[in-house]
Formats: sequence, C-alpha cells, structure tokens
Amino acid sequence: MSGLVELIVSLFLVLGAIVMLIGSIGLAKFPDFFTRLHAPTKASTLGVGCILIASMIYFSFDLGHLTLKELLISVFLLITAPIAAHMLAKAGLHYKVKLKDNTQNQVLSQRAYQHQSPKDDE
Amino acid sequence: MLSYAIVFASALLCCALALNTWRLIVGPSAPDRIIAVDTMYINSIALIILLGLYQGSESYYESALLIALLGFVSTAAFCKYLLRGDIIE
Repeated sequence: MSGLVELIVSLFLVLGAIVMLIGSIGLAKFPDFFTRLHAPTKASTLGVGCILIASMIYFSFDLGHLTLKELLISVFLLITAPIAAHMLAKAGLHYKVKLKDNTQNQVLSQRAYQHQSPKDDE
Repeated sequence: MLSYAIVFASALLCCALALNTWRLIVGPSAPDRIIAVDTMYINSIALIILLGLYQGSESYYESALLIALLGFVSTAAFCKYLLRGDIIE
C-alpha cells in the first residue's frame, strides 16, 4: 500500500465522516419538522458515498483487482433516499406537524394540510 | 495514518449516532422519530464499512447491503403506517 493511496483513502474517510456528523447536527438542532427532514437526507447520502468510495479504493489496491461491489450500496442509497424523504414529507403533512412560528406564508401550509387529508377539515 | 483516520472517523460517526439517539428520544412528533431511525441506519452502514476497512476483510459488505435494504423497507412501512393507520391493507 503506497503512501499516496493511503492519503487519499484517509481523506475520503474523514471527509465523509465530517459530512455525516454535520447532517446529524442539523437533525438535532433545526427548529421544526421540515427543516429537520432537509438536513440528514442530503448530507448522509454524500457522506456515505464518500466512505464507500474510500472503501472501494482501499480494496481495489489491497486485492490487486478492481472491486465495484460498494457501488451497489451507493446506487441503492442514491435511489431510495429521495423516495424515503418524499414519503416522510407526506407523513408529516398528514400528521399536521407544527411549523416554526415565524414561518412565512403559513396559509399555504394550512392549504397543503387540507389537501393531504380533506376529510377532517372544518 | 490510515488507522488514525479510521479511528477518527468512527469517533465522529459515534457522535452522530448519539445525536440521532437524542432526537429519537426527544422528538416531539412521530415523523421526527422516523427521520432519526432513518439517519441511524445510514450512519450504521458507514460504521460497518469502517469496521471492514479496519479489519481488512471484505465480508462486511453484505451486512451493509442488508441493512440498507431493510432500512428502506422499514422507513416505507413506518410512513405507510402513519398515512393509512395500517401497513398491509
């Protein structure tokens, strides 16, 4: 294992871990549901992608031939993360989560709530 | 250098998992808790890949793939439960 490969792998690992930590801090600190939904779904995809790229480079040089198996997890997460975020947003609309008080255009959110579940409006 | 990087990245990911657990316990509404679980499984995929790098064995890849599949299915099932009140109609 040459020093340059080791440096690249370490760089990708640390970068991915920092990005995932940023996503989790956003999940813990943001004020209401929809902002909290925004942070980890993007940051975690990028972070886990960086770590999987690091693993791919390491094992390709360690075993001596190209290994692309980790790409499968990467592609799977890239496809499913937006779907999960969309379903979570629909669940939040259905659940009528409370918005932050100084959100602009709160009328629109009320209209979206009614559109999502029109049966129980009064 | 690589072992130091792996230990540092694992420490950061453990901090991230602790923050997710806090949100899972505190979270004011049910969708917040689902987001916390969703983020926790993505973080645990990265942690398992790091364990595979640390031990130099490739066989942890399958467990990471399994967690990715089951995590997405469980998130979809939780959302369906909140939307419909039922998982299989």
